[in-house]
Amino acid sequence: MSAVVIDNVVKIFNQGRGDEVLALSDVDLTVGDGEFVSLIGPSGCGKSTLLRLIADLIPATTGTVTVAGKPAGQARREQAYGLAFQQAGLFEWRTVRKNVELPLELRGIGRAERRTRAEQMLALVGLADFAGHYPGQLSGGMQQRVAIARALAVQPPLLLMDEPFGALDEMTREHLQSELLSICATTGTSTVFVTHSISEAVFLSDRVVVMSARPGRITASIAVDLPSRDDAGRQSPAFFEKITEVSQALRGVPVP
Amino acid sequence: MRRALPSLVPPLLFGILALAGWELFVRLGRVAPFILPAPSAIWHELTVQRGNVWDAALASGANALIGLVVGTLIAVLAALATSRFRLLGEVSVPFAAVLNALPIIALAPILNNMFESTSSVPRRLVTAIVVFFPVFLNTLRGLREVDPVHQELMHTYAASGWTFAVKVRLPGALGHLFTGLRQASSLAVIAAVVAEYFGGLQDGLGSRITSAAAFTAYPRAWAYVAGACLLGLTFYLVTLLLERLAMPWRQRLIA
Repeated sequence: MSAVVIDNVVKIFNQGRGDEVLALSDVDLTVGDGEFVSLIGPSGCGKSTLLRLIADLIPATTGTVTVAGKPAGQARREQAYGLAFQQAGLFEWRTVRKNVELPLELRGIGRAERRTRAEQMLALVGLADFAGHYPGQLSGGMQQRVAIARALAVQPPLLLMDEPFGALDEMTREHLQSELLSICATTGTSTVFVTHSISEAVFLSDRVVVMSARPGRITASIAVDLPSRDDAGRQSPAFFEKITEVSQALRGVPVP
Repeated sequence: MRRALPSLVPPLLFGILALAGWELFVRLGRVAPFILPAPSAIWHELTVQRGNVWDAALASGANALIGLVVGTLIAVLAALATSRFRLLGEVSVPFAAVLNALPIIALAPILNNMFESTSSVPRRLVTAIVVFFPVFLNTLRGLREVDPVHQELMHTYAASGWTFAVKVRLPGALGHLFTGLRQASSLAVIAAVVAEYFGGLQDGLGSRITSAAAFTAYPRAWAYVAGACLLGLTFYLVTLLLERLAMPWRQRLIA
């Protein structure tokens, strides 16, 4: 079964009004189980819109979105995915542990199990020692790691991420990329990852989906197979070849 | 605490210098005590009258406290309801603005006539009305200002409206609530003291100030003013303390 199936989706904002915008036109995309797919494209190409459609934060105008074999709305209510944004979006009045526990709390999971799960997730992102801290006491990178731990807390089969490392410095970013890959490998989570960094997309993904703007659509889908996903992988010829391929695909789109 | 001490030095020093300047001005300038008594004279009266000042401050403090609590409770409930129902929001904000434009202290004589002369209700009512506005407006702003990321997250967790209110809206509005409370705490004392100028039960600081002034006992009147000042300061500091206790995440626990 595929993690995500997007079938012939069109998204129009403000339909029937003067400021009508065709955000996505005829998008088809399938994300396999355990696959890591990046969406890349210029601003306004609808990559975040596509992610929001999968998350059922906005409805599709036409077409269907299926997550883990269920309609997107049902998948959302069953918390079939975890979500992380560019802003960590932590609740400042909750400790780090309580932040990670929140999605479990809303699922009605008991206190003891919540605590164990939260501590597991925090250990996974290397923040076990900071469980009792408040978000305001953490650096931006640490906050983002807490947000990822929170997204993983319900152990969802699917992880949706909207430029989660966009606001971080290069060092932290590379460190978190490696961490994310090892987490996905350990948990077998499928991932849809929105970014506008070509190297980030190539390094992380099994497949890079290239999008173009006005109207937002998919223009290329490039499979990536690196010899390894570590510092050596970042230096490999395959890595640079794929970067060139993706940037050509991005440039192949006529700029308006 | 150690870091708080150096920051206390400049205002303390300024206060001492101001008092010394005042004393010198009154003594060297031979200012008549009914125009401006010297701080030493006021201090003397304060020590002589400390029992009376204390009793009057307790009475005014009780009025201010009850008015503050009642006004705050009503304001928070009103803000909750207003943020919940759009229609109520459109109606209540202009209504609250009208209420705020009202010279509320001026209502005191009217309220005094509504109740018996031995009743403390009018002063407390005036205080509650004065407190209502800053608390209501600030809390409402806090309740309405929800981080869009939080909103989307709670949506993905399929959280109900009630859960959202309790887990996100309310804790998020606490900071704003305390901003309102800080303004309201000093206002409450002022309202409770000044409301007495317009009659009603005469056992608080306000009536002591007017009666001392009527007997041309100006240092004594000033002693009661100092008492009112200390009472207002106490209210403000207690509110600050409550704020720290209620929002531990606002403190930096680690360097």
